[in-house]
Amino acid sequence: MGEAGATAAPQIELQGIERVFHLGDSAVHALAGIDLAIDAGEYLSVMGPSGSGKSTLLNVLGLLDSPSGGRYRLEGRDITTLSAAEQARVRSRRIGFVFQSFHLVPRLTAAENIALPMMLAGIAAAERAPRVEKALADFGLVDRARHKPDELSGGQRQRVAIARATVMQPAMLLADEPTGNLDRATGEEVMRLLEALHEGGVTLIMVTHDQALGDRAHRRIYMEDGAIRRDSGRGAGLGR
Amino acid sequence: MRTRDVFASAFGAAAGNPLRTVLLVLAMAIGVAAVVVLTALGDGARRYVVREFTSLGSNLVIVLPGRTATGGVNPASAITSTPRDLTVEDARAVARAPAALRVAPVVVGTSEMSVGSRLRDTLVLGSTAEFIDIRRFTLAQGRFLPVEDWDRGSPVMVIGAKLRSELFGAEPPLGQFVRIGERRFRVIGVLAASGSGLGMNTDELAIVPVALAQQLFNTNNLFRVLVEARGRAAIPEAKKQATAILRERHGGEEDVTVITQDAILATFDRLLGTLTLGVAGIAAISLAVAGILVMNVMLVSVTQRRAEIGLMKALGGSGGTIRQLFLVEAALLSLAGALAGFALGHVGAWVIRALYPTLPAYPPDWAVLAALGTALVTGVLFGVMPARRAAALDPVLALARR
Repeated sequence: MGEAGATAAPQIELQGIERVFHLGDSAVHALAGIDLAIDAGEYLSVMGPSGSGKSTLLNVLGLLDSPSGGRYRLEGRDITTLSAAEQARVRSRRIGFVFQSFHLVPRLTAAENIALPMMLAGIAAAERAPRVEKALADFGLVDRARHKPDELSGGQRQRVAIARATVMQPAMLLADEPTGNLDRATGEEVMRLLEALHEGGVTLIMVTHDQALGDRAHRRIYMEDGAIRRDSGRGAGLGR
Repeated sequence: MRTRDVFASAFGAAAGNPLRTVLLVLAMAIGVAAVVVLTALGDGARRYVVREFTSLGSNLVIVLPGRTATGGVNPASAITSTPRDLTVEDARAVARAPAALRVAPVVVGTSEMSVGSRLRDTLVLGSTAEFIDIRRFTLAQGRFLPVEDWDRGSPVMVIGAKLRSELFGAEPPLGQFVRIGERRFRVIGVLAASGSGLGMNTDELAIVPVALAQQLFNTNNLFRVLVEARGRAAIPEAKKQATAILRERHGGEEDVTVITQDAILATFDRLLGTLTLGVAGIAAISLAVAGILVMNVMLVSVTQRRAEIGLMKALGGSGGTIRQLFLVEAALLSLAGALAGFALGHVGAWVIRALYPTLPAYPPDWAVLAALGTALVTGVLFGVMPARRAAALDPVLALARR
């Protein structure tokens, strides 16, 4: 993604997004009227207490969850009206996920885990191989390619997960507590990787509890009770 | 997702849980093997009976004394309690039927015979020269009963191979005398060893002229009249003529039963065919059980692999792709089970054949195809529901930490 000014059309545009969960008789508003515009190439952290709706926001952004109301435009397209198959295609091509608990497939090797999104997208094995090689090299995992996840350290696992999230060259990377299961040193290493990816132009959106981590982002959003309480401002850190 | 990758992934998922896979394949294999073995048994029995009947001789029409055929109780059977005897004279009359090529009267009884000091109880069959041609027996030595007047048999005897060795050991039997009661018979021929014929072991048989046999057993009644028709097409005609001749001779009363070999054969064929179908049906139940097991295991698998399914959705896998993966996995498991069962069933049939060489226990092709087909269809059919459930899984819930 190239440079984008604050005045250009945003990459992500949420208007009045609602997400209501029904628990028995009561309705829980996990997201209550979220308006948010994010430009391509932003580095954004979402913070807030447990149950503030930050993970739900991330899931809606990643098309894993459908909002109960409101409009979500991604790169100019109204996403909420797309069919499930079309949404899967958008997830495949435009969005990369990094999870707190890595979510690697235990029976697949590191290389196979990295290749998984390409396989699901129907990319031929011959084309997958060089891309996996490159990803392994980029993330320092060459000597770990044939290892299963249970033979990898936490940091290595998260590197595999990040390699997997970026192998389809998505426009945005959604990270949910990416360092939550890692010690401080390994967490720092993973953060530097993610930030390097952001330097390369990827929009990075990260949910975290950790104030210090959150403060590293150029734009910081603070959520409470399903609403955005503070937003340090759109486009911050862009145009460097 | 590419077809090749779908199969590789499904295979990987199945191989990733070997115990589950082996148990499932085993269940399916047992179902298929049961069908193969049971139909092999049923069809083997059918073939055995058919073969035995065919060995009786071809174009055969058999006359039995008495009205034993089904047809319920009729008024005549109440009045005439005992049927008239079937006599040698009757057989001679039947021999004049245009459709009859050969006729042989048969009397059967057991008697004690002796050679020197050796005694033996054996089955004595009284008949005529025509008998050997009608029953297609072959001689190992000597000749068969001479062509002569049916009412005056010469005291000669033809014996089975086993009887020969038991009575005479290594001695040449031809020309020797065998005593039955007060009579002496000269051995003039030995039958070739043939093994068992249906209900009658010809190797232990002694054949004498019919008139002498009737005197031995003190009877005028015949056990059977064997009629060989002039070709296959003449069988119904021969049956009709024999029935008509005997009715006329017995005062207009139909007091004999005339059956054709084909009719017996067809009945047995039908009976045992139905039996085979029945056991195949019972075995198919185990296939259905295996199918339900596939469903259960796949459902458990969906639950166990929730996180993986959610992940695949997050990585851009559509519901259709996930459904495909689970369906192909179920199909692969069923296929493996079906093939294993096919092999297992054939081994089972082979063991049966090895244990009972007379029983041609080969599973019929239709049963094998039906078993394989049913295994695949049930496997895939019962795989649909789990696959749909997997595809419908909410990725957020699936990915959530338990």
